[in-house]
Parts: sequence; C-alpha cells; structure tokens
Amino acid sequence: MIGIAVRRLGSALPIMLIVSLLTFGMIHLIPGDPAIAIAGLSATPEQIANIRHDLGLDQPILGQLWRWYANLAIGDLGRSLLLGQPVVQVMLQRLPVTLALSAYALMLTLLVGLVSGIAAALRQNTWVDQAAMVFAMLGISLPNFYLGLLMIILFAVDLRWLPTGGYIAFTTDPLGWLATSTMPAISQALLLAGLLARITRSTMLEVLRQDYIRTARAKGLPNRRVVLKHALANALIPITTVVGIIVSLLISGSVVTETLFSIPGVGQVLTQAVLNRDYPMVQGGLLITTALLVLVNILVDVCYALLDPRVRYDGA
Amino acid sequence: MSLLEVRNLTTAFQTGRGEITAVEDVSFDLNEGEILGIVGESGSGKSVTALTIMGLLPRPPARVATGSVHFAGENLTNLSDSRMQHIRGPGIAMVFQEPMTSLNPVFTIGDQIMETIAAHERLPQRALFARAVEMLEKVGIASAATRMADYPHQLSGGQRQRVMLAIALVCRPKLLIADEPTTALDVTIQAQILDLLLDLRDEFGMAIMLITHNMGVIAETADRVIVMYAGRIVEEAPVATLFDSPRHPYTRGLLECVPSLITERDRLIAIPGTLPEPIRRPPGCRFAPRCRFAQPDCAAGIPPLLRLAPGHTAACIHIPEQ
Repeated sequence: MIGIAVRRLGSALPIMLIVSLLTFGMIHLIPGDPAIAIAGLSATPEQIANIRHDLGLDQPILGQLWRWYANLAIGDLGRSLLLGQPVVQVMLQRLPVTLALSAYALMLTLLVGLVSGIAAALRQNTWVDQAAMVFAMLGISLPNFYLGLLMIILFAVDLRWLPTGGYIAFTTDPLGWLATSTMPAISQALLLAGLLARITRSTMLEVLRQDYIRTARAKGLPNRRVVLKHALANALIPITTVVGIIVSLLISGSVVTETLFSIPGVGQVLTQAVLNRDYPMVQGGLLITTALLVLVNILVDVCYALLDPRVRYDGA
Repeated sequence: MSLLEVRNLTTAFQTGRGEITAVEDVSFDLNEGEILGIVGESGSGKSVTALTIMGLLPRPPARVATGSVHFAGENLTNLSDSRMQHIRGPGIAMVFQEPMTSLNPVFTIGDQIMETIAAHERLPQRALFARAVEMLEKVGIASAATRMADYPHQLSGGQRQRVMLAIALVCRPKLLIADEPTTALDVTIQAQILDLLLDLRDEFGMAIMLITHNMGVIAETADRVIVMYAGRIVEEAPVATLFDSPRHPYTRGLLECVPSLITERDRLIAIPGTLPEPIRRPPGCRFAPRCRFAQPDCAAGIPPLLRLAPGHTAACIHIPEQ
C-alpha cells in the first residue's frame, strides 16, 4: 500500500517537471513581447521596461529558467501583478474556498450518483430505472452555468431563499457557508451525478451478472448482503476511476461556477488573472492546480490498491 | 418420501421472440445419500433444472410454468425469498463449473467461507474461523489456517474448486448440486476432485445431483442417471443398466461418442447434426431429425417415457423394435 503510494509519488516527479517547464515557457509563447502584452497598448516605454525587469524578461532565457526553478525550490512563485501579493499567499487564501466547494459538490455527486445508479441497476427496466436515467440524461445535457442561472432566478431572485452569490467561510459561519455554497455545489454536482449514475448503473449490471454473485446467492446470503457487499465491492473499482475524473472536473469546473456565483476561489482568481494578463498569477495558479490534480490521481491509484487485492499484490 | 421430488417441472423464459421452455415436463426423485447423474449436451436443460431447484434463475425472464419441486417435504417453487435463503446452504448447496470466476476476487477465501456459516448460524468469530479451517482441511487445502487469508487469485483452479466445495459443504447440506464441477479442470485434477466428492459424500451422507456432459465422470460416480435432450428427459436408468443396455437412440449415440481403446477405429463417432434451438424444435420426438432409427411416425407426437424395467424408462416409441 505505502509502496504503491511512494512509487506513484515518484512517477509524479517527471510529470511535475514537464508541467513546470511548460508553465515557465507559457510567458514566452505569447506572440511579440510579453511585457507589451501585459502593460497594454497605451503604456510608455519606461513602464514596459519596468515590467520586463520585474519579470526578469531582460535576462538571458537560461538565467530566467534557473531563477524560476531556484524560486520554485523555496516556494516562491512570484507576485501577482494585479493583487500585489505573493502568488503562493493568494493561492493559500483561495484554495480552501475551492476545495470546500468541490468537496461539497463531490458529496452531492456521490450521494445522488451512486444511490440512483445502484437503484436503477437493481430495478432494471422498471419506472425506478427509467426515472433515474431520465434524471441522469437531464443532468448531463444541462450546461452547469445555465442550471446555475436558473437556480439564481428561482431560489435567489424569486423565492429569496438563498443569496445570489458571494461566499461566507465555513469557519466563520457554517450555516452561512451552506447558504452560499449550496447552489454552486448543486450546479456543479448535477452533471457529474448524472455521469456517475449512468456509469454506476452499467457497472452494477455487469457485476450482478458475474458468477461470484450467483455463488453468493447460492450460499443463502440475503439479497441486501449480496448487493451491498459482493456486488458493490467489485463495482467500486471501475467507479473509482470515474470519481477520480469527477474530482478533476470539479476543480477545473470551478472557473465557471465561481465566476457565476462570485465566489472568491481559485477559479475566480485565475479567470481575473487571465483577463488582466497577470502572468505570474496564471503561472503559479496553474502549477499549483496541476499539482493538486496529480495528487488526486495518486489517491485514485491508492484507492485501487485498497479495493482490489490483485492490484495490491502486483504492486508488492 | 424422497429427499427431492421434481414433478412435471417446466421452466420457461420470456425472450424477444416469445416464450421458450428450457426445461419441459421433467420429473425425477433423489434419495438421501444417492448420487444422481444428469447428462446431456450443452443447452439440454441440465443447468436450468438445477438453477430452478435452487431458485437462482432471474425472474423475470424465467418462470416455473408448471410442476413442483419438493425438498424434504417443502414445495420450493412457491417459497418466499427469505425462506429460500434458509434452504440454500444448509438444505441445498451448489458448486459451479467455473472455479476461476465463481469466487469473489476482492474477499479472502476465509471471509467467503465464514460468511456462509454466519448467514445460517449464530456463532462467535473464533468458532466461525475454526469451522472454516476445519472445512478447508477436509477438502484438502494444505496449511488451511494460513490459506484463510489468501485471495482467490492466489489459488490454482483445482484449489479454487476445493474452496467452492468447502463453501458448499460448510453448512452440511442434505443435497449438493454439482454443475459440471470438473469440466474446467485438468484431467489429473478432475480425478482428485471427483474422489474428494465421493469421500465427502461418504463422510457427510448428503445426496448429490451431478450434472455433466462427460460419460466417464458419470460411470465413475453416479448411482442413477438421467439423460436429457432439448429440455426433456429421454432416458433414466441405474448407472450399470444405462452403460450395459442403453435403450434410447440418443443415449446410445452419446455412449458411442466415448472413444475406446479396445475397438479399433479410424475416426471418432459423432451424432450428426446439432441440438435444435428452443424456438426451432421439431414436432414430435425432438431427437428424430438426428436419429438413425427415425420413422415417419416419430414426428407425430412427443414420445412418453416408457417403463422398460424397474427404474429404467426411455422416451422412444420404437424401442421394442430396436
């Protein structure tokens, strides 16, 4: 188990090296002079020169690369041009917001997706199955920003049950957090729950056809135990793959949701950074977000080992 | 009263092309401690008969159209799910053809044996463990106590079938249904498993319903044999009678298919043609299109089982002439 985690962490190193190199190169991929692009069309030559000097763009490229990695090594990702704060500090403020929202959305996704998927599989070709799959189809087809807008109009503008946007930290006011996070979480979760429900249904149907399920029934186990122990334990292996993808989608999907609901998370800050050509912020934000996604994938691999003894022993 | 009494059992399946019968008008008895062999080609209805008795067919599409299955005096065809769960295990247990896929890959074999006991008896964890280890030793798994923590993928096919037997027998069933238990195994392992089955029968005294398409397996183990073809019983006889004087042309064909070293032959003998699909069954005797003794009147009606001698019946209208 620990061996697998360590090995996966090891294989993450080259990935992070490539990602950091790409992130570094990003600023040089802009056509023309990045300093001019950042400063804007009306900037004076002095302003451009200042920016170029601040970003180290006046140094030779290898010198810039060296400085990029030397700073990375001490956890320095530069300063946001827009906010004037160190990028790392901004990310540390914003990450908990995005992570809390993603965790909430993930909980909803798992609850709705797994329960409706399992119910649909157990009641295949009945109204339960039909209802769950229509719901899943709806969730998958409805763009989440559109669903978000609909919810704002209904629950915030018309019914006035929830605020239209904004954010209250869980540590400040748990109920306030719930009020501000519920609509964003639902708008993110519905699509993913639909996806998960469909995958769970087909996986469960596949597993329920297996010989070992027949064995479990032949032993005289009650149906509940056959489904919740024997079938689910096997179905969770492919479902874990999908949950890993869902977590990645939640984190990258925060860009749209946080903008729509004015939530001060990573997605919002990155959107602003891109729109305002705040390159250090974009670079640092991408690097940290990517590291997070790589970590999620390592967690998925560890989950495989936990769920499947065949993986566990191959790895040992 | 016999332990198992199957009467006029017909099992039907709903399909896209209408309802088909996989098992039709099947009747037989099985006494305590007896080994009944059921032979026939794939698709003859052997496994469906077994799964109907166990109540393991998905309903729908399957349904018991007519007939009854009485086990120890209780009619299994209209039993509640929860009552049936109590029959499976301590009453009737089953081992399957595919030892490679019949065990759950994500649980230890110890867990899979222990949960079988726990489903039927209230015992503390230590007693469950001891019973499981004892059973593993009985089925011939060496150093059983340490193997309890093994997962199925760490065992060979033969060992897995031994574990399946341990699961089936750990609740001391009165009847064991073995559906092609040795088909997927190497020949040397087949003999070991069959010997084990006979030893366990002697020790536990249970009845065995042994389903196979292998005449050799039947000859070595069964007391009495039922031959099935296209969903119906075509011949039933004590094992010696069946091998010495088979009466139904299909049984004769099956026995001739077994290669022999005594008679010199260039080619193996085969029954021409294939088993008819359930929706394309011929009228009258279903074996007639493949039968070398067939007459025009064979298509007139389904031949009834004729009693030829005590315990020996065959479903062929031309037996007297053969």
